[in-house]
Amino acid sequence: MTALLDATGLVKTYTAKRAGVFRRAVQFNAVDGVDLHIKRGETLGIVGESGCGKSTLARLLLGLSPMDRGAVTIDGIALPKDDNRAWRALRKRVQLVYQDAAGALDPRMTVQSQVEEPLRIHGLPLVDAQQALAAVALVGALAERYPHELSGGQLQRVVIARALALAPEILVLDEPVSALDVSIQAQIVNLLMDLQRDRGLTYLFVSHDLSVVRHISNRVAVMYLGQIVEEAARNALFERPLHPYTRALMAAVPRPDPAHRRAVTISLGDPPNPANPPKGCRFHPRCALAQERCRREVPMLRDFGGRLAACHFVEAETI
Amino acid sequence: MRWVALKTLRAVLTMWLVVTFVFFVLRLSGDPTYILLPDDIDEATRDFYRRLWGLDQPIFVQYWNYLGALLQGDFGISFRNNQDALQLVWERVPKTALLMGASLVVSLLIGLPLGILAALYRDTWIDRLTMSISVFGFSLPNFFLGILLILIFSLNLRVLPSSGSDTWAHLIMPTLALGTYYAAQFARYTRSSMIDVLSKPYMRTARSKGAGRLRRVNLHALPNAAIPVVTILGFRIGDMLGGAVVIETVFAWPGIGRLLTGAVAARDLAVVQCIMILLALTMVLANMITDLVYGWLDPRVRVGGKAGAR
Repeated sequence: MTALLDATGLVKTYTAKRAGVFRRAVQFNAVDGVDLHIKRGETLGIVGESGCGKSTLARLLLGLSPMDRGAVTIDGIALPKDDNRAWRALRKRVQLVYQDAAGALDPRMTVQSQVEEPLRIHGLPLVDAQQALAAVALVGALAERYPHELSGGQLQRVVIARALALAPEILVLDEPVSALDVSIQAQIVNLLMDLQRDRGLTYLFVSHDLSVVRHISNRVAVMYLGQIVEEAARNALFERPLHPYTRALMAAVPRPDPAHRRAVTISLGDPPNPANPPKGCRFHPRCALAQERCRREVPMLRDFGGRLAACHFVEAETI
Repeated sequence: MRWVALKTLRAVLTMWLVVTFVFFVLRLSGDPTYILLPDDIDEATRDFYRRLWGLDQPIFVQYWNYLGALLQGDFGISFRNNQDALQLVWERVPKTALLMGASLVVSLLIGLPLGILAALYRDTWIDRLTMSISVFGFSLPNFFLGILLILIFSLNLRVLPSSGSDTWAHLIMPTLALGTYYAAQFARYTRSSMIDVLSKPYMRTARSKGAGRLRRVNLHALPNAAIPVVTILGFRIGDMLGGAVVIETVFAWPGIGRLLTGAVAARDLAVVQCIMILLALTMVLANMITDLVYGWLDPRVRVGGKAGAR
C-alpha cells in the first residue's frame, strides 16, 4: 500500500551569512537526505534537539520553502516546486499548525475572519469556518475577538481551526504545544487526538518533547543533524530504543517518580555545528559507544525487522 | 469618554507650556522698541510706546494680562501695523495649508509606492535604485533643492514662475521642493516597516492558506505595515511646517512662514506668539488624529471598544 505522504531524499541547504569579506560563505544542509512515508490516518512523530532540522523538514513537506533535492508526493500528486495554482490547490489537502500561535495570526483581523479566509480564497462556503471553530470549542463571542484578546491555548485552537477549515487530510504540526502550559498542552493534544479520530486525519507531529510524542504518535522518527537516525513503531521505540542517540534523549526526560530515577544520566553537551558535521557517524563525538569505525564510516539507515536505525553497533546488541 | 477627556487635558497643558515658553523667551530676547522705532528717537517717545504696548509693567503682570486676553480670544495687536494679530495670521493660513497639503499628497503618492516596491523586491536592483534615490532625496536640504528648481525651471527653461502664488503653476516648484524630502523619508519608513511585516509568521500563514501574492500584500502586509508609518506621519506634519517656513521664503510664497520670519526679525511679539500657538495647535491636533487613526488600524491599542478585552 502506498503512503498518503511520501518524501524521498529531501535536502535543504542554507547558506550562512559570510563572517567577513574574505571568508567563504558557509553552506550547510539543515535537512540532509530524509525519507518519510506516512500512511493515511496515522501519526508520525518527529523528535530531536532544537536545530536538528525538524521545522525545516515540516516546511519542506508543505512546500513553504523550496527543497534543494528530493521529492514530495501527496496521495500520488507531486508537490509543485513553485507557488502556482496547483501548489495553492494542495493547501486544501495539507495544512500546517505552528508553535507560535500568536505570531501566526494577523493582529488586525478577528479570529473568525482569519478562519474564514482560506475558505474565501478557495471559494468554499463560509459555514465551514463555524464548524471548524466549533470543532475546537471556540464559539460565540470568542470568535469575534482579536488575537490579542485570547489566551495562548485559545490562540492555538484558532490556529488549529484555521488549518481544519479547508478540511485537509494531512496536518503538519510543528511544535504545536511547546509554547503552552502543561495543563493546556494536554487539552490541545487530546483535542488533536479527538479530531483525528472524528475526521480520519493524518498527522506529522514535530516536537522535542518525548512524552507528548509518545502520547500522540503511532510511529516515531528520531532526527539528528538533519538526518533520521532511528524510526520505529511508538512502543518499540520507547520500550527498546536501538540508536544510542535515542537512548540518550530518553535518559534526558525528567522522571517525576524518584523510585524510577535513572542511575546514570548521559550528558550530551551541545550538538556539533551543523555547518561542519563530524565525519563518519554524525553522532560519534557525543556517543558513548563510538569506536574507530564510527569516525570513518557513515552508518546507513538499516531495517531491523520493521524498524530502522542508523548505527554500526545495532547488530552487536541483542535485538 | 475618559480617553477623550485625558487627551484634551494633555493638549491644553501642552498649549499652556508653549504659550508660556514663547512669551518669556520673546520678552527676554530684547526690547522691541529698539527695533521698531528709529534709533535717534528720544527716551520720552520710547517710554510712550513702552507704556502703549504694556512693556513697562513687570513681566509677570504682562504675562497675566496676556493669558487673560488669550482666554477671551484676544491675541494682541501687531506692533508693526496695528492690526489684530490673529486676523493677520489667519489671512495667511490658506496659502500655507495649500502648500503643505499639496506637499503631503505628493510625498505620500511618491513615497509609499516606492517603499512598498523596494520591500517587495528587497535586495534586487529595484530596491537599491529606490533607496539610493531616497538617500539623495533626504540628504538634499530642501532650500537647496528649491534654488536648484528655480535655476532650472525659471531661469534656464523659463517654464515656471519663481515666486508668488497666483496660479497653479506657482504651486508646482514649492510643492516639489518640500514634498520630495518627505517622499524620500516615507519611502524609507514604508520599506522597513513592510520588510518587518513580510517576515512575520502570519505572512507564512497567509501563504499556507493558499493566498496569492496580491492578496497577501493587500490584505495582510499593507494594513499592518501602515501602523508605524502613520505614527511617523503624525510627527512629520509638525516638522513639515518648519520646512514650509524655509520654502515659503525661497519662493516668496505669502504664507505663515514668511509672516513668521518677518515678525521675528521685527520683534512683532503678538504676531510671533500667535503663529507659535497656531503651530503648536496643529501639532497637537495632528497627534490626536494620529492616535485615532492608529486605534482604527491596530485593534491592540483600541480603547473603549469591546468589553472584556484584556
